[in-house]
Amino acid sequence: MIELDNVAYSYGGAELFAGLDLTLAPGSFHFLTGPSGAGKTTLLKLCYGELIATGGQVRLFGQDARGLDRDSVAQIRRRIGVVHQDCQFLDHLPVAENIALPLTVAGHGSTSDDLRDLLGWVGLSKQAAQLPPELSGGERQRAALARAVIMSPEVILADEPTGNVDWEMSQRLLGLLVELNKMGKTVLIATHDLSLIRAAKAQVSARVLRLADRRLQLAGASL
Amino acid sequence: MDMLRRLLELLAGDPQADRAVPPTGFTARLTLLSSGAMAFLAVFALALSLATGRLADRWSDELAKTSTLRISAPADQMQAQTDAAIVVLESTPGVAQARALSADEQRELLAPWFGPDLPVETLPVPQLIEVIEDGDGFDATGLRARLQAEVPGAILDDHTRWREPLVEAANRLRLLGFVSMLLIAGATGAMITLAANAALAANAQVIRVMRLVGARDIYIARAFVRRFTQRALIGAAVGTLAGTLAVLLLPSADAAGGFLTGLGFQGAHWLWPLVIPALAALVAFIATRQAALRTLKEQS
Repeated sequence: MIELDNVAYSYGGAELFAGLDLTLAPGSFHFLTGPSGAGKTTLLKLCYGELIATGGQVRLFGQDARGLDRDSVAQIRRRIGVVHQDCQFLDHLPVAENIALPLTVAGHGSTSDDLRDLLGWVGLSKQAAQLPPELSGGERQRAALARAVIMSPEVILADEPTGNVDWEMSQRLLGLLVELNKMGKTVLIATHDLSLIRAAKAQVSARVLRLADRRLQLAGASL
Repeated sequence: MDMLRRLLELLAGDPQADRAVPPTGFTARLTLLSSGAMAFLAVFALALSLATGRLADRWSDELAKTSTLRISAPADQMQAQTDAAIVVLESTPGVAQARALSADEQRELLAPWFGPDLPVETLPVPQLIEVIEDGDGFDATGLRARLQAEVPGAILDDHTRWREPLVEAANRLRLLGFVSMLLIAGATGAMITLAANAALAANAQVIRVMRLVGARDIYIARAFVRRFTQRALIGAAVGTLAGTLAVLLLPSADAAGGFLTGLGFQGAHWLWPLVIPALAALVAFIATRQAALRTLKEQS
């Protein structure tokens, strides 16, 4: 689905990472960990076409990301749900409309039943009419997750989804992501929260990748 | 045609897409105000253009059908030469009517310079004969030759010498009116482009989020284009209404007032201002679409 082949990325003349290989197979569950500034967010951005690799090749659903025009990138993003650490909502729209935004921009209608079910799944039924700034950190993360999955994407990329929430909420979010993986979705979570990874490994078969010293390594046994 | 269809589809709107872009205060007011003011000015440019067009047509048509014969002769020969000239004129093909102006008519013509009590009869004032043409008019060269032979004191003035500069001046004014409208359209486009750029910059975060969830550039652009097109249409409609009312309140045309009092719309020309809001919307549509697509390309 998403393949990175000998990928390098440089920013401002400095090489962030190089020689990076990664394949996200359908239905797989990956954690991406590493120290702050190692390039986890950049790697995720390469995976959904927000950034273009400065070396190597990124293939998104079989297409070379470098050759995609902006419309093609938009089409690909409808197949990839992204959960940002800072969520990124339209603050003037109610939560329900923010969650339905991917359907709106794709020109698909959503039934109110579908939306209600999704809001119920992430536990935000009562917050549907609220504006994003009125939500707590955990509620925002769950709303971002609901928005990421409303198009039923094949891949879900989450960047520090539990960064701003307490342990209980992080477990709840993790449970939702595991549930999605069991439904066949490919999941990649960038996090530095090792306890989250340990908790996940009890529930799902996950590969743990560590991005450090400009290289990506498999880091399973020590966790 | 495709552009018109897209414009109509755009104005029909997509309420959900509209809601994605928050309304921004100063760009909305700037667009409304500038399109309104420009539409107001465009009404006057249009009125000027149409009025000068009418003037050019009138001078061109009416004056081309009349000529003046001036007879300068000693007082004792004046009547005989006048009669002879009228005989020549009446027998000339292309002349519909020839008539010697009365002393009262000549006095009236001279009144602006010498006052109303000028004793025309006692002064060596030339006798004027009004010649009205029919069909394709007469052969001026042939008529001059005949008059030279039979009425030595007659000078034929077919108005060409002063009619042509007047018609040219009127045509230039008409062109000036059209150029003014083009400049107004260009200035409107420039101001709306600036406002659209400001709105796009202010909504960079909205654009980022919409892209994140898979919005295509054209979808994002449409949300901005629709809003600016609607604002330009509303502003221009108000400006056009105000401008048309102002033209309506101008003094009505009369002979004494001359050109300035005729500076308005007549008959079906009153429908022309209706075109201005539609043109303003079209200008806004094109300007915002180009600005939005260019900005989105730069931001990618």
